[in-house]
Amino acid sequence: MTTLTDGDMLHARNLSKHFVLHNQGGIRIDVFDDLDVSVACGECVILAGPSGSGKSTLLRSLYANYKPNVGSVLVRHGDRIVDLCTAEPHEIVEVRRDTLGYVSQFLRVIPRVPSLELVMAPLMARGVSEDRARERSQVILDRLRIPEKLWSLPPATFSGGEQQRVNIAMSFVQDYPILLLDEPTASLDADNRKTVIALIQEAKARGAAVAGIFHDAEVREAVGDRNFEMTEVRRAA
Amino acid sequence: MTAPRTPLLTVDGLTHRYGERIGCSDVSFQMFPGEVLGIVGESGSGKTTLLKCISGQMEPTEGSILYASRDARDVEVYGLGEARRRMLMRTDWGIVYQNARDGLRMKVSAGANVGERLMAIGERNYGDIRHQAEDWLTRVEMDIARMDDLPATFSGGMQQRLQIARNLVTKPRLVFMDEPTSGLDVSVQARLLDLVRGLVSTLGLACIVVTHDLGVVRLLSHRLMVMKGGRVVEHGLTDQVLDDPQHAYTQLLVSSILPV
Repeated sequence: MTTLTDGDMLHARNLSKHFVLHNQGGIRIDVFDDLDVSVACGECVILAGPSGSGKSTLLRSLYANYKPNVGSVLVRHGDRIVDLCTAEPHEIVEVRRDTLGYVSQFLRVIPRVPSLELVMAPLMARGVSEDRARERSQVILDRLRIPEKLWSLPPATFSGGEQQRVNIAMSFVQDYPILLLDEPTASLDADNRKTVIALIQEAKARGAAVAGIFHDAEVREAVGDRNFEMTEVRRAA
Repeated sequence: MTAPRTPLLTVDGLTHRYGERIGCSDVSFQMFPGEVLGIVGESGSGKTTLLKCISGQMEPTEGSILYASRDARDVEVYGLGEARRRMLMRTDWGIVYQNARDGLRMKVSAGANVGERLMAIGERNYGDIRHQAEDWLTRVEMDIARMDDLPATFSGGMQQRLQIARNLVTKPRLVFMDEPTSGLDVSVQARLLDLVRGLVSTLGLACIVVTHDLGVVRLLSHRLMVMKGGRVVEHGLTDQVLDDPQHAYTQLLVSSILPV
């Protein structure tokens, strides 16, 4: 089936994921099996479960960063529905550009590129003018308390918290219809955590579907609508 | 904002043998406008053979390479006569070689290296040619004051940037790069990669990059092909192949990178 219920932005069906480590004697690690999770417009679903229960693996599978072995990940992309498990790479690139934002735990630093340009890049990729992209990037960097004197520097030398905020700015600079968040507040102080909570709440208010892993109880309570419990299925066979 | 997706290049069943030895075997893929494809594998995996075959430099033993030319007709690259194929390579395509000496004319100035490609497609006005050459040398961050110097007097990084300017001046639609950053210092590599990344996205170029450096493909390419023993063992979205490799060889390749 390649349809989504009205209001749903993302639906993972019958999703299974295991890893086979060919160079470690072909050991197989089962992470999850036959999962069904959906996220609706304006809703925040919290992926919950103990460490090692596969929360990050699920989130990465929803972004097509990991390749599920069975099942589908349906995403509402404009007026189309795309299954990320069968889509061609160029379609996934397009879905990520326009529809699907992802905040990873760590920023992947690109050498030599100033922070401001990193944040502008996703807007420019969608054809937003350079002036407009710069304006919006400055606003979000400012809101996330990245001092203006750092904007022209590549984030390689920034602190963990500053890098994480640049990372968050890159995903919140535009209004993605779907946001996947992997511990976005992990290395942030209280004030910045509050800013991120506000950004997530604003995203929900404009109708974004949010799925995330949040270590912090304060953040979970402030943004979460319901939990999706991951059960412990990981085992080596 | 979905652009019409007609493939720019369609490679089907491409095989090249050197006598008994397999260069590359049964490779098929398509390239779309604006897409960057990385091809990785160790030395001898067939990646350079494949690049030579698809870029018109070496006719494969078997298989076909269809190119959608500007007039929207598909042409069989090796079905074209030698003259038309050379014309295609000079105008619609660009090739950036690992060794700048293969891609540059070392006996003429930097400006002439760029201007030459324009003259080859029929430009005759000296002022225009010089102006465009200046423009492109600036875009690849070269000092205009060095325009009349011979490439032999340039550093390795400058030679690579000059090669890029020479290739892009004719506004190609498809650019082939063979290990564009190997042999350069790490800081020079980063600068060149950043330049290529910017040009590819602003010009909407389709680009095929062959490299053994997984960092280069992660930064530049949307899609990744992993080759071993002349065959493609894995092919997919770049970050998916690197972060969740399925094939034993890709897993080995990814786990062999030394952490910095």
